[in-house]
Amino acid sequence: MTRQQILDLYFLDARHKLIELAAFLDRVERSAGPADFRLRSFRRATAQLTGRKRNRAQAVLLAFSDPTAKPIARAHTKGACGAWNADAQ
Amino acid sequence: MKYIEPHAHMVSRTTDDYERLALAGCLAVCEPAFWAGFDRSSPEGFHDYFAQLTEHEPKRAAKFGLKHFCWLCINSKEAEDVKLAAEVIALVPRFLDRPNVLGVGEIGLNKNSRNELRIFEMQVDLAARHNQLILVHTPHLEDKLKGTRLILDALRRDRRIRPERVIIDHVEEHTVKMVLDAGMWAGMTLYPETKCTPARAIDILEQYGCERLWLNSACDWGISDPLAVPKTALEMARRGHLAATIDRVVLANPQAFLSQSPHFPAHLG
Repeated sequence: MTRQQILDLYFLDARHKLIELAAFLDRVERSAGPADFRLRSFRRATAQLTGRKRNRAQAVLLAFSDPTAKPIARAHTKGACGAWNADAQ
Repeated sequence: MKYIEPHAHMVSRTTDDYERLALAGCLAVCEPAFWAGFDRSSPEGFHDYFAQLTEHEPKRAAKFGLKHFCWLCINSKEAEDVKLAAEVIALVPRFLDRPNVLGVGEIGLNKNSRNELRIFEMQVDLAARHNQLILVHTPHLEDKLKGTRLILDALRRDRRIRPERVIIDHVEEHTVKMVLDAGMWAGMTLYPETKCTPARAIDILEQYGCERLWLNSACDWGISDPLAVPKTALEMARRGHLAATIDRVVLANPQAFLSQSPHFPAHLG
């Protein structure tokens, strides 16, 4: 597809998602109390969107990922929260 | 359009969903054993689940002209209890000869713990000893990168495992290349919020090609869409992909991998 065709197909959807992301950050900023590691990861991930980089989706996924290599001693939960907590290691 | 749904948890879905799959052109649905949303208390609970997958569910599917296949294992979310997991693994061989069983799956990791890895290796050994195909679940979200690396390392360590007989499921942009480079198949799961969207799955296809890649919905008891595969096929058509390319991804590729099992027909439909 041409760049124009991609824009025709996905621009409005991407615009909508970008505004949702901005509104989420505004909502977090307006709220009281401390944030946690998830917001730090989120800011690292959003930094991957700027400039003329390639493979932004991969970079965003890596920004949220556990970079360590060894298995953990034991699973204390079944769920994942979406961002790696370096402080918990 | 005809297609295969290679990963769907139909025990969690209503009969209406079987009808919708059939109306959308689905020929066969493949159901890996997975977590029920709660931990089972005994091996007998798994025995009954395996009976459900091999006896009851094929009959539900057949009412709508769909063939039903399954994979058997203990999932990674229940692998922390090593004693229970070992007892369940011992049950699996009793079911492997049943006519709709494709192999061992979906085994894998969840939180990347030592016990999960131990149980994963035990089930890889089970598959190797019984010459079974392997379907692997990779962890969610922040755990996926590390888990996929641990899984690939474990599979490479076992020299009996032929990579072309392994599918690593739930790949995303940061894991697909390492799976394909290892010579294994890669599954892209179309699942809201935590996995791929149709647009991103097609991006991956456009960057890596159609070799050893398939699409699945992994529809289950969570918010998920049993029609995610045909919807992605429609999106591929909107993006200008040829019908032959779409057929390859949604029909020929799963057919090619799955028919390595003697229980899956060489030709469907």
